[in-house]
Amino acid sequence: MTTDTLGGVARRRPWISPHALRRNLVAWIFMLPAAALLVVFLTYPLGLGVWLGFTDARIGRPGMYVGLENFEMLWDDSVFWLSVFNTVLYTTVASLLKFALGFWLALLLNEHLPFKAFFRAIVLLPWVVPTVLSAIAFWWIYDAQFSIISWVLIKWGWIDAPINFLGDVANARASVIAANVWRGIPFVAITLLAGLQTISPSLYEAAALDGATAMQRLRYVTLPLLTPIIAIVMTFSVLFTFTDFQLIYVLTRGGPVNATHLMATLSFQRGISGGQLGEGAAIAVAMIPFLLAAILFSYFGLQRRRWQQGGTDR
Amino acid sequence: MSSADTTARAAGDSGGMRYLDSLPRRVVTVYVPLVLFVFVLLFPFYWMAITAVKPNNEMTNFNQFNPFWVVAPTLDHIRYLLLETSYPGWLWNTTLIAAAATFLSLIASVFAAYAIERMRFSGSRQIGLGIFLAYLVPPSILFIPLALMVFSLGLYDTKFALILTYPTFLVPFCTWLLMGYFRSIPFELEECALIDGASRWQILTRIILPLAVPGLISAGIFAFTLSWNEFIYALTFIQSSENKTVPVGVLTELVRSDVYEWGALMAGALVGSLPVVILYSFFVEYYVSSMTGAVKE
Repeated sequence: MTTDTLGGVARRRPWISPHALRRNLVAWIFMLPAAALLVVFLTYPLGLGVWLGFTDARIGRPGMYVGLENFEMLWDDSVFWLSVFNTVLYTTVASLLKFALGFWLALLLNEHLPFKAFFRAIVLLPWVVPTVLSAIAFWWIYDAQFSIISWVLIKWGWIDAPINFLGDVANARASVIAANVWRGIPFVAITLLAGLQTISPSLYEAAALDGATAMQRLRYVTLPLLTPIIAIVMTFSVLFTFTDFQLIYVLTRGGPVNATHLMATLSFQRGISGGQLGEGAAIAVAMIPFLLAAILFSYFGLQRRRWQQGGTDR
Repeated sequence: MSSADTTARAAGDSGGMRYLDSLPRRVVTVYVPLVLFVFVLLFPFYWMAITAVKPNNEMTNFNQFNPFWVVAPTLDHIRYLLLETSYPGWLWNTTLIAAAATFLSLIASVFAAYAIERMRFSGSRQIGLGIFLAYLVPPSILFIPLALMVFSLGLYDTKFALILTYPTFLVPFCTWLLMGYFRSIPFELEECALIDGASRWQILTRIILPLAVPGLISAGIFAFTLSWNEFIYALTFIQSSENKTVPVGVLTELVRSDVYEWGALMAGALVGSLPVVILYSFFVEYYVSSMTGAVKE
């Protein structure tokens, strides 16, 4: 055990000493289970997926390398471009709404409230429950004949006939976005609340003494201090919204006339249901540039946060 | 000092500048929006629950029965679900798969997080970053190649297909979370143990793990919930009814094209949500800390 004690000294030497070597060896043994799982079931499939995008593999038949054929086919495929458009629309609108409403809810929960812990616990429920199961509840809420929303609106005299929530292009898009926002608000609200709670009240008091209105305090105190955590939360939110699959699969399966097909659902439809693994993989590969952009954004968000906290960029 | 002054100070100390707002103003700016938020966020659960106990004739007859309430509650849908479908089997599968995947991921993550955070081996920083990036790889781009792998490994339509693939999103998350917890444990404790002659293994099991129990609980219940809620892998890798998980089973077996059994569907959604909701209600603080921890670290 003396070797470990000396490890701290050995580490500073420029060459790799036997102590450091042994220390590395133990560390690598500790890393082994996680590394093995991730390399076999994450890194390798990621590479395999990219490779599959360049083949004509089908279910039950190993594919041949076909170059860019899949991508050329997708380039001329109006359904693919529609799915790209839908994904961007879905992500943009849902993320903006999630941020606005989630931020508002976080500000409300940051107030001095009775039963604060209880409210916070309840608010997180939509996020805890399996998406597919809550989506099934939304399916019933959006029923063409027996929708509770239609019933209430008819009762109030706002509309005459039940709304066709999932059968009409614009309605279907709005409906799936609403369901996604419903599920995403708690995550944004609770994480932003955690950020809000770290802001010292004395800053608001100082701003108020200097004559800042509530709106100005929000704009010039809360927002700047919260920017780093907003960047990270929204990156996660954008990432998960962009790759969403479950909600669409339950509510519309991409319909009506592909108006709500996202890239992920189209990839599943072509790759698994249709058996064209190569084409499905090519659609998944086409998502990667968007994801990389989001990840880079997140990476720089993290860097900035350390710097703002007075830490060093490790 | 007058008593009014003292109360104002007390209020100021406990609630920031709250004393500047009048009550009616607070009702409009805080309570009304908050109640609206809570109503919208909870309504689907109420609707799920009320439909699950509603007899079919009430469900489709809005003229005679108010849809928001149930006149003659029935357990028929739940009885049908538990006795005439494979639902109990799906519940068991989901529990087993989620527990096994969580256990496997926790073990791998504890070792990995300890090594990255405390052993400072060459390349540990890069590996830490790699783990974070792995967390950002979504299942939606992995399921096609994984399906191919699962098939060629002979795991298709078995529980092992899911137990082995769920760690792809659980291990990065748990490792990332545990790294944060290990970081908060003072270095000095380890140094004392090293001087007293403890091995790395002893330090981990006798000192670090007991201190990191809250972190382990956070990571564990969170991982369990993520596995319970997983859908796309379960949909792709499982075919036979007896191996399905709850989300896949409810969607693919209870939904028939001709007529929708809304009562049974809602009962299935409700019963399938209950385990995670119960788990959540016991460990709210751990959930919140793991959720905020994952973004804050």
